[in-house]
Amino acid sequence: MSTEEPLVKIRGLRFSRGERVIFDGVDLDIPRGKVTAIMGPSGTGKTTLLKLIGGQLRPDAGTIEVDGRNVHRLGNRDLYTLRKRMGMLFQSGALLTDLSVFDNVAYPLREHTALPKSMIRKLVLIKLEAVGLRGASGLMPSELSGGMARRVALARAIALDPMMILYDEPFTGQDPISMGILVKLIRELNDASRLTSVLVSHDVHETASISDFIHVISEGRVVESGTSTEITGSRKAWVQQFMGGRPDGPVPFHYPGADLADELMGDARC
Amino acid sequence: MVRMKTIEILVGAFMAAGILALFFLALQVSNLSMASSGTGYVISARFDNIGSLKVKAAVSMSGVRVGRVSEISFDDGSYEAVVRMTIDSKFDKIPDDTFAKIYTAGLLGEQYVGLEAGGSDTYLAEGGELGMTQSALVLEEIIGQVLFSKASEGTKNAEGTK
Amino acid sequence: MLDQLALLGRIGLGAIAGLGRAHLLMFGLLRGLGDLWPRPLLLVHQIHSVGVLSILIITVSGLFVGMVLGLQGHYVLSKFGATQTLGVMVAASLVRELGPVVTALLFAGRAGSALTAEIGLMKATEQLSGLEMMAVDPVKRVLTPRFLAGFIAMPLLASMFSAIGVIGGYFVGVGLLGVDAGAYWSQMQANIDLHEDVYNGVIKSLVFGFVCTWIALFQGYDCMPTSEGVSRATTRTVVHSALAVLGLDFILTALMFGN
Repeated sequence: MSTEEPLVKIRGLRFSRGERVIFDGVDLDIPRGKVTAIMGPSGTGKTTLLKLIGGQLRPDAGTIEVDGRNVHRLGNRDLYTLRKRMGMLFQSGALLTDLSVFDNVAYPLREHTALPKSMIRKLVLIKLEAVGLRGASGLMPSELSGGMARRVALARAIALDPMMILYDEPFTGQDPISMGILVKLIRELNDASRLTSVLVSHDVHETASISDFIHVISEGRVVESGTSTEITGSRKAWVQQFMGGRPDGPVPFHYPGADLADELMGDARC
Repeated sequence: MVRMKTIEILVGAFMAAGILALFFLALQVSNLSMASSGTGYVISARFDNIGSLKVKAAVSMSGVRVGRVSEISFDDGSYEAVVRMTIDSKFDKIPDDTFAKIYTAGLLGEQYVGLEAGGSDTYLAEGGELGMTQSALVLEEIIGQVLFSKASEGTKNAEGTK
Repeated sequence: MLDQLALLGRIGLGAIAGLGRAHLLMFGLLRGLGDLWPRPLLLVHQIHSVGVLSILIITVSGLFVGMVLGLQGHYVLSKFGATQTLGVMVAASLVRELGPVVTALLFAGRAGSALTAEIGLMKATEQLSGLEMMAVDPVKRVLTPRFLAGFIAMPLLASMFSAIGVIGGYFVGVGLLGVDAGAYWSQMQANIDLHEDVYNGVIKSLVFGFVCTWIALFQGYDCMPTSEGVSRATTRTVVHSALAVLGLDFILTALMFGN
């Protein structure tokens, strides 16, 4: 890792939903200008982590610093100022359904800047061009495919030229072509505009191919951290099972239950 | 843009229709025209019994509404009801010896104050007081009187005993 | 036994917490009103979807309610030979009670449920979260204009309901049953008071507009972000609004017309 101060610094993070503990002492650094992936099985709270970074959720304990500022100590106004410098790409795209593609991308510009109309138009077209959807600017979100919606959302996320983009499961449910486009876009955007990208995913292959660093989370803790080659070559059994996608291993195939023989031979209770 | 314009027009029409409906209720349905004819002068009258006369009841002369009852109070010196009436300022030629009486509109209707003009040359003005009044007819009293007189006549009326 | 007690306690606490969240949302909505001035178009849009789209159901219902009142009123009043007071009866029932109350109930069913579903879906599809991450406060930007629109639309809709109802009563009473047209109007004008009846009716519908829109927005904003959660929230909006309207109507009537 570089000697530069990391952009996001998470220390001793604890978070629980009701009875369920989601994070139990997570320490994590996200370096500037790199693509960092956070991986883990479904239900480990990867999306929750992004929401914590974005200040939408409040941790039970621990601190999250973004660019040297503790997100959860900020007042509303400062938090909003900070959010203007963060983009977030939601799993569903989260486009505003009653606005066209153009208006969706223009939305943050119109909200937060006082730029003249013609300027906004140019900026929006540039952003749409970057994701290859300039021709779709007149469409409504309902007319887009899932992959296109995500690309429009990406154009919207970079509209204000943020310092960091949070990607929430960008590859889930995409066909190979849209997946390929998204992989390329994430990498290119990161390198072209000195962004910091945080990627949450469980698509091992694609994620490993574009990430500089990977943190693997399981059961509320960081299990392994390192560059993507280090992680793919990890000797920890759990990480091997996860990265290799093997059905059985430290994470058992069977949901814990009574012994099969006992249950089959026992009295029917239903 | 065209769609936006139609929405603006529709909303404008909606607001206009709603306000129009409110005006309809105010002007056509309620008695705004009476209430807002506005300025008037207050006169008062004393009654032994006002029956069920209410504030805002009509004050009329020869059947024409000239004002409304604005306040009813009780004078505990003379044990009389004091009724203040606001008379419309355009009816400014009411003689000061006018006779005030409480009537009932129809058999079961509301009570109102009827004024019968006297012959004086001086007219009532703000703060004027009517000297001559007649109380409300209380239905029970009338019935009582009728029954009493019938009974004293000693005639056994079939309806009376029923 | 102890479990049931604990369950009861949890339900009670949950209800109180919900009430708390609802009021926090209300403060958020009221705070947002100030920021609405620079963006009147947002409001226009919402008045369209809340008010204009409700006109049809409101006016048609108003017409029929007025006609029924004319019919029923005539039937009862003719027993006492007082059919000339039909106008008073129709107008008083409409302006004081039925206008505000029935409009509010229809509003909850038509506009309220639509609001809840819209906000709930925006929540389920992460649009509200997305706005937050774009540093836009969804309460100010999405909920407040809808709130103000409901507050403005309700008294206007109730006025339309009452006005059309009076005309419906006229059709039946005067047109079909032969009540004297002059008596219908003059008795009405003599006995319906602008302050006592019309203004109080408007105040009622302002209160109902506030409460119905608030309930609808809260249910949408507070729902579980799933399709099941949205559908349940929609049902709750209609039920809670109806109960709130009828309960408040009693209280308001007691305050206004009682001594």
